[in-house]
Amino acid sequence: MYNQTEILKDTSELGADGELVINMGPQHPATHGVLHLVVTLNGETIKKIEPHLGYIHRSIEKMCESLTYRQFIYVTSRMDYLSSHINNLGCALLVEKGMAIEVPDRAKYIRVILSELTRIASHELWLGAMAMDLGAFTPFFYAFREREMITDIMEDTCGARLTMNYIVPGGLMYDIHPDFQKKVKAFITQFKSKVTEYEDLVTNNVIFQSRTKGVGILSAEDAISYGCTGPVARASGVSCDIRKLYPYEVYDKVEFDEVLETAGDSFARYIVRVKEMNQSIRIIEQLIDNIPEGDFVGKTKNVLKLPKGEFYTRVETARGEFGVYVVSEGGTTPHRIKFRSPGFSNLSALNHIAAGSKIGDLMASMGTLDLVIPDIDR
Amino acid sequence: MFLKEYIADVVNGVSSLLKGMRKTGYYFVHPKEIITEQYPDNRATLLMSERFKGEVVMPHDAQNEHACTGCTACELACPNGTIKVVTKFEVSPEGKKKKAIDALVYRLELCTMCNLCVVACPSDAIKMAPNFEHSVFDRTKLTKVLNQPGSKIREGIE
Amino acid sequence: MFSLEGITTSVQDWLFMKFNPTMALAMECVIVILLAISLFAILGLVLVLMERKVAAHIQIRLGPNRVGPGGMFQTVADTLKLIMKEGLVPDMADKFLFNLAPFVVMMVGMLLLAPIAFAKNFQIWDINIGVLYISSVSSLSVIGILMAGWASNNKYSLLGAMRSGAQIVSYELSAGFAVLTIVVLTGSLQISEIVKAQENGWWIFKGHIPAIIAFVLYIIAVTAETNRAPFDLAEAESELTAGFHTEYSGMRFALFFLAEYINIFIVCAIGATLFFGGWMPLHIGNWAAFNHIMDYIPSSVWFMGKTFFLIFLIMWFRWTFPRLRVDQLLNLEWKYLLPISLFNLLLVAIIAILGWHF
Repeated sequence: MYNQTEILKDTSELGADGELVINMGPQHPATHGVLHLVVTLNGETIKKIEPHLGYIHRSIEKMCESLTYRQFIYVTSRMDYLSSHINNLGCALLVEKGMAIEVPDRAKYIRVILSELTRIASHELWLGAMAMDLGAFTPFFYAFREREMITDIMEDTCGARLTMNYIVPGGLMYDIHPDFQKKVKAFITQFKSKVTEYEDLVTNNVIFQSRTKGVGILSAEDAISYGCTGPVARASGVSCDIRKLYPYEVYDKVEFDEVLETAGDSFARYIVRVKEMNQSIRIIEQLIDNIPEGDFVGKTKNVLKLPKGEFYTRVETARGEFGVYVVSEGGTTPHRIKFRSPGFSNLSALNHIAAGSKIGDLMASMGTLDLVIPDIDR
Repeated sequence: MFLKEYIADVVNGVSSLLKGMRKTGYYFVHPKEIITEQYPDNRATLLMSERFKGEVVMPHDAQNEHACTGCTACELACPNGTIKVVTKFEVSPEGKKKKAIDALVYRLELCTMCNLCVVACPSDAIKMAPNFEHSVFDRTKLTKVLNQPGSKIREGIE
Repeated sequence: MFSLEGITTSVQDWLFMKFNPTMALAMECVIVILLAISLFAILGLVLVLMERKVAAHIQIRLGPNRVGPGGMFQTVADTLKLIMKEGLVPDMADKFLFNLAPFVVMMVGMLLLAPIAFAKNFQIWDINIGVLYISSVSSLSVIGILMAGWASNNKYSLLGAMRSGAQIVSYELSAGFAVLTIVVLTGSLQISEIVKAQENGWWIFKGHIPAIIAFVLYIIAVTAETNRAPFDLAEAESELTAGFHTEYSGMRFALFFLAEYINIFIVCAIGATLFFGGWMPLHIGNWAAFNHIMDYIPSSVWFMGKTFFLIFLIMWFRWTFPRLRVDQLLNLEWKYLLPISLFNLLLVAIIAILGWHF
């Protein structure tokens, strides 16, 4: 709608101290979605950033009020489309908790493997996109080569590459493909051999380090007060991994570390996500050979009805804590659903970490917050 | 000492940059690593995964029979009204009036490929086909009737 | 074997035979002008395609491969598209300066073609202060950039142009010092002398340590001078504005775009002349047989090969490294490159006096 010069002519009334207000987005190559940032600048220093949301608001929560408990799960795939299995898992866990459905072990193991594969895929895309924001165009393609292997596995098993609607209340929609274990093992081998590439090209690169170290510092108290979760908070030293604190599925049976850093700057957030990828590989390795035989879905009634009351579940997506809150009046559709999206709280910390720094640092800070705007706007 | 740090800085920086260049240089001289799929050129040999959710179809066997009883379970399961089942009453040879399917109207432009209809069908009448080339110039062509004309239900399906 | 000097001498003889000297000189000028323009056009085509193909292969993909065999005519298609686009001039822009800026930048490129020796005896103007001429004329491009930024009537264009200007002016220092190293070793500013002095070996081999350091400094400095990544903050797409050429569209933008690639060619040609021997073939000591074989390859092929190798090096940099922030860029120049280049100059002076080079 507007391009930058038009806005400059309209709003270039200088503010109190010679400040200039400019707009970044909603169409911008670096905001990863339709995010409109109103930036108040004083020369080259940022005074204030105000995100304007709502460009992709699709009233998902209202829509879910007319969908049954089997039907509302597919919508969550479209919210945070990079962690679609994990979002679906959160909804399925809520229905299972509300109706006390038994999930067979086979389904639990496969759900965890799929969640961890989704987490790796999401972090791969984030790595590529963030390097591209800072000007290094090649790690994007190398990251996508690994992500392509994961989406191929998903395509074989679930039938879709991005919005997989595969996890249902009670287990899985159908059994996994016979090649699933073989392909996952091939992926693990390839990933381990290629992980040094990211180190060479991005992590150890002196230019990248000098652009992200000491940039966008978020202290632990501020992370807690803004409600940041996920890698953003863990990079500031706040221990908030739902898989460790409130384990669900089989996370209490596998061994993995919660990655914590204390620096709280962009480089720490970067390192946390890279190490999380390695931890996810560790989890998958422990589970992939031991998938128990059995049913892939538990016994459920035909029509699902949650009893009257309020229910809340939380899962750890690639971005942070994703919460599903349902108020049920005992019918087949929820009375009110609320999704606690991790991106919304992470975005609220953007003003705090970017105010006072230069424009060039804004890209690094925003890239490491890992925002997916449809998740924020729902 | 300042000079030692300075030189160490320079040497570390340059060596990290050179390592990065070695990686990209490796890919430059190994064109075998290219993984681009030459899509329209390789249509003849393209292998889609068999479970890929491209569109909903109703498989018909050699005698042009399908398995759909017209129970509308798929219509009830679909979250956004993509399927509409139109039924009619058929008189069977014994003279009993039975409900049978007239047309299963499937609007491809609305479908979210969520697979709930396939799972809900009690007689496995519909399934997802891996065909993904759906572009048309006329949007009305995307509203498909899944059961072919002149087909009827196979024997023995309830 | 094929040699360009045969063509030039025969054309010159024919012209001087047919016409009186003034007319012949004028005709030679016209021929040179036509050759320069066509060289620019062809180079623009080739370099843009080369960039896209190099980028693609580094990124494990294929690059343009549909338009023409192997994507050869892609740039022609792009140029046709750019010609047909609407060339907008902003409302309150200074029309004269706005239209003049791309031509100033192009003009600097053309002026720099004069002292470069493309092959044996194939130089347009062998001035005795060749290197000085090159350094001074290349500084004129800053004027074009500042003109473009100012005339756009856009606060952020002006900011980007000032940043580009500061970047270019700073890095000229290091580039100048690197070039001075070779001048110290040769003892002359004239381009043909520099090339002749590399008859028994290129300066990068003969001048060992200081020449290698000077070469590294030179490559970094010219990457920054031509606003290429990793020093392209002033014109990057994912930063706030596109720098000094935000307001340019259509053919004027095409001229800026072309001028950038021509600049890369020119600085690489100069680097090849100074450090890698220009059109001199690779001779190794007294391996007479090897040297004789190397002599068979025409000198123009040697020159172009070296230049394109350096161009490939600069493109390799772009697709590997992330961008530097503006303050880090200037930091790099003033705190790292300049002290090292001063020290290098001292070193090469000592080595030249003591005769420790080959």
